[in-house]
Amino acid sequence: MISTDVIVIGAGPVGLFAVHQLGIIGLKAEIIDNLNKVGGQCSELYPDKPIYDIPGIPKCTGETLTENLMEQIEPFGSKIHLNERVQEVVKEGTKWKVTTSKQKIFNTSAIIIAGGVGSFEPRKFSLKDSENFEGKSIFYSVKDKSFFENKDICIFGGGDSALDWSIELSKKSKVTLVHRRDEFRGANKSIEIVNKLKKDGKIQVETPYQLESIEGKDKIKSVMIKNEDGKNKKIKADILLGFFGLIMQLGPIANWGLGMDKKTIAVNTENFETNQKGIFAVGDICSYPGKLKLILSGFHETALAARGCFKYARPNEKYRFEFTTTSKSIKKRLGVKNDKQE
Amino acid sequence: MAKITYIENNKEEHVVEVPNGNTVMEGAVQNNIPGIDADCGGAMACATCHIYVDEKWYDKIKKKEDGEEDMIDMAFEPNKFSRLSCQITVSDDLDGLIVRMPSKQS
Ligand SMILES: Cc1cc2nc3c(=O)[nH]c(=O)nc-3n(C[C@H](O)[C@H](O)[C@H](O)COP(=O)(O)OP(=O)(O)OC[C@H]3O[C@@H](n4cnc5c(N)ncnc54)[C@H](O)[C@@H]3O)c2cc1C
Ligand code: FES
Repeated sequence: MISTDVIVIGAGPVGLFAVHQLGIIGLKAEIIDNLNKVGGQCSELYPDKPIYDIPGIPKCTGETLTENLMEQIEPFGSKIHLNERVQEVVKEGTKWKVTTSKQKIFNTSAIIIAGGVGSFEPRKFSLKDSENFEGKSIFYSVKDKSFFENKDICIFGGGDSALDWSIELSKKSKVTLVHRRDEFRGANKSIEIVNKLKKDGKIQVETPYQLESIEGKDKIKSVMIKNEDGKNKKIKADILLGFFGLIMQLGPIANWGLGMDKKTIAVNTENFETNQKGIFAVGDICSYPGKLKLILSGFHETALAARGCFKYARPNEKYRFEFTTTSKSIKKRLGVKNDKQE
Repeated sequence: MAKITYIENNKEEHVVEVPNGNTVMEGAVQNNIPGIDADCGGAMACATCHIYVDEKWYDKIKKKEDGEEDMIDMAFEPNKFSRLSCQITVSDDLDGLIVRMPSKQS
């Protein structure tokens, strides 16, 4: 069991900045995120796109913002637990017990939920049968390439993942690429390569088609694809790969007894506490009148939520308002030795 | 102002008046009509406000701008009448519009 002052759920931009706001007031935090990297939507959905509305930073990409936030929280040495989803949150005495999908258990005085719109999961085939084959002959990512050798593979999707994997897997397998329209939205270079492979007969490309049905009992034998005019085609396949991007699923957060308003958690705007004492919600996941789903709003929310955590983590102390420019104790926490201008 | 009919996947119909300048997505969300999630709040970043525009109406609506078709690739069961409802702005011309929701958004 790991004991800490505050658990931050979600390592998106807002969760990362929460660690900073907790750190400067002297609270220890640990962060948990379901993804294999930090940055939330910024690094998962738009790493290369510039953001123009971060105060004081005229332009920076999602990736740069994430890197800068990581640098900003480095002095606090907070542990980041990736690839773990928080499953359960239960009150134990005056503390909270937090359990992850890897059965890691935390004991904490307060919790800040910065879960965005939930955890990212691949969008799946809409066909009901597809669930039965998932993990056996239907996949939404390629982990071990060797598994996909010498097979008949049908790849669905029109973005970079679909194109890149079609190119890669066609070296050792027979690949059919299926997309719902004639245009692909991936990088021009990949589209060119796919067109060339198609011309050379190394890849079969079927557009505008979508999956209609799957044939086979324990194993997939073939699939039927259909176009908008109702024309069907049968494609021999033993493996299907779907690359339809990511969807955010709220997941376990809905079961923690918090006041949910559709997919968001209702909070007060004084300190962003939820209906449960000691649990705060900030960033995209919280809702209150006038809420804007912006990074800058999330940052503001963490400043107040962190102060809200103070009374649970240090019940016998009084929080004192200080500036980072002038407070000795904050500078000590930041590891600043000498900040005199040279 | 336009009267818009939203038809859920279970055939339930909701007819509401939506003020000009609002989006078709907002018309649903503000009237608590189920079937449109709109996770990103209308920023064309989630495809969970996906609808099928009635055949007779499809060509009367302003064409898709850059990026909408790409986003529709990620929608649940898209077809040739698919649109993102957050990208359709309501005006008097849309009075009588009929849209249908997919069986789910994600
Ligand atoms: C294409 C696009 C462009 C955008 N452009 C801008 C812009 O220009 N300016 C701007 O201000 N905003 C922009 N946004 C919005 C901005 O990205 C979000 O407001 C911001 O990411 C919210 O941060 P967050 O930390 O609250 O949540 P997120 O970034 O969504 O991060 C939440 C994290 O929580 C994790 N999580 C959820 N549930 C659990 C759980 N149970 N256990 C463990 N981990 C969990 C998720 O894996 C995720 O990593 C844009 C969004 C998109 C999609
Ligand atoms: S509301 Fe997200 S794309 Fe329309």
